[in-house]
Amino acid sequence: MTTILAGNGLRKRFGLTEALRGADMSVRAGEVVAVMGPSGSGKSTLLHCLAGILRPDAGEVVFDGRRVDRLSDRRRTQLRRGSFGFVFQFGQLIPELTAVENVATPLLLAGQRRRAAIGAASVWFDRLGLAGLQERLPGELSGGQAQRVAVARALVGRPRVLFADEPTGALDTAAGDDVMDLLVASAREQDTATVVVTHEPRVAAFADRTVLVHDGLVDDESDVDKSDVDGGVAAR
Amino acid sequence: MTVSYALLTLLEENERHGYDLKRAYDQRFDGTRELTFGALYRALSQLVKGGQATVVAIEPGAGPERKRYAITEAGVTDLQRWLAEPEDPQPHLQTVLFMKVMLALMSGRPAKAYLRAQRAHHMSRMRDLTTRRRGADAAAALRLDYELFHVEADLRWIDHAESRLTDVAAEVR
Repeated sequence: MTTILAGNGLRKRFGLTEALRGADMSVRAGEVVAVMGPSGSGKSTLLHCLAGILRPDAGEVVFDGRRVDRLSDRRRTQLRRGSFGFVFQFGQLIPELTAVENVATPLLLAGQRRRAAIGAASVWFDRLGLAGLQERLPGELSGGQAQRVAVARALVGRPRVLFADEPTGALDTAAGDDVMDLLVASAREQDTATVVVTHEPRVAAFADRTVLVHDGLVDDESDVDKSDVDGGVAAR
Repeated sequence: MTVSYALLTLLEENERHGYDLKRAYDQRFDGTRELTFGALYRALSQLVKGGQATVVAIEPGAGPERKRYAITEAGVTDLQRWLAEPEDPQPHLQTVLFMKVMLALMSGRPAKAYLRAQRAHHMSRMRDLTTRRRGADAAAALRLDYELFHVEADLRWIDHAESRLTDVAAEVR
């Protein structure tokens, strides 16, 4: 599998706080990676830099061979709309639009005709167990249903990378499991690389691997080798 | 312990031979902990000795004679009591992890690296359970959930422990 997105030596400072201090992370096409770490460790900042929402102070973000961090704001917005999908903790659906209109939004923004966009969006309702809920307003959906609508909206444009920030944070375990099951299965089905930021091990366990963010640096858990811990007395 | 009560439950459904009991056990509990014939007959003989089960028939078979077992009144009462009685939370794994952290800190070894390795190991276990859970039937999924929640509790403790290492190290050295 080829690397689709990589952040190398990322640094980002907010005032006196250094949120990222040289973080490295990469995702391969079709891979699901969980980003974990304590509150304030920099995991959301890392996601925002990788997704082109924030521009790092130093280091590079490379998506499909292109330097994202060097793009203008307008080009980064285009990239996010065209190639990335997003799911947030609280669905952040547009309350005035019906569920199906919410899902169709990325296609409409990309210039598709309304009829075609609504048609493409409708397909997702069966796939995500939402049949019959197309015309509901977000306020008329349960938390789990709303989050599945958000997953559909994130994936409807067949993004190359899906970013999910605490996607089950507002749900109970059973609803969260359902959302993760569908999110991961759908992403794999269309070969979308997925980055899930979560503090819940249960959610991270849906991913192929986990990276840990600590003090603005990234530890790849798959690199944790027994040889690291077999050594004798360490200088603390 | 749970094996005995699982056997009593199966015997409460029907009288059974040892072989039937093993097959029913393995089927219901999805090979969680494989029940060896040794363990099965040990448990059965304990149950008979304790008066919770009894041999109702000895039938000749192709091989050795086959005993048919049944649950007794005392067995039903005992099963009922055991099911209704809350269990103490089992702290043994946490104790091992806790001791490792303490001993590492006391001896100046890299507790943080141990915790990270333990974390990776636990995460790997959770991924494995999550994969198996997908497509499992409802009862099997519920059993896997039980294990998932326990591993997750350990993981939370591991993360918490890492955030407290400096304070604890200052105390123990």
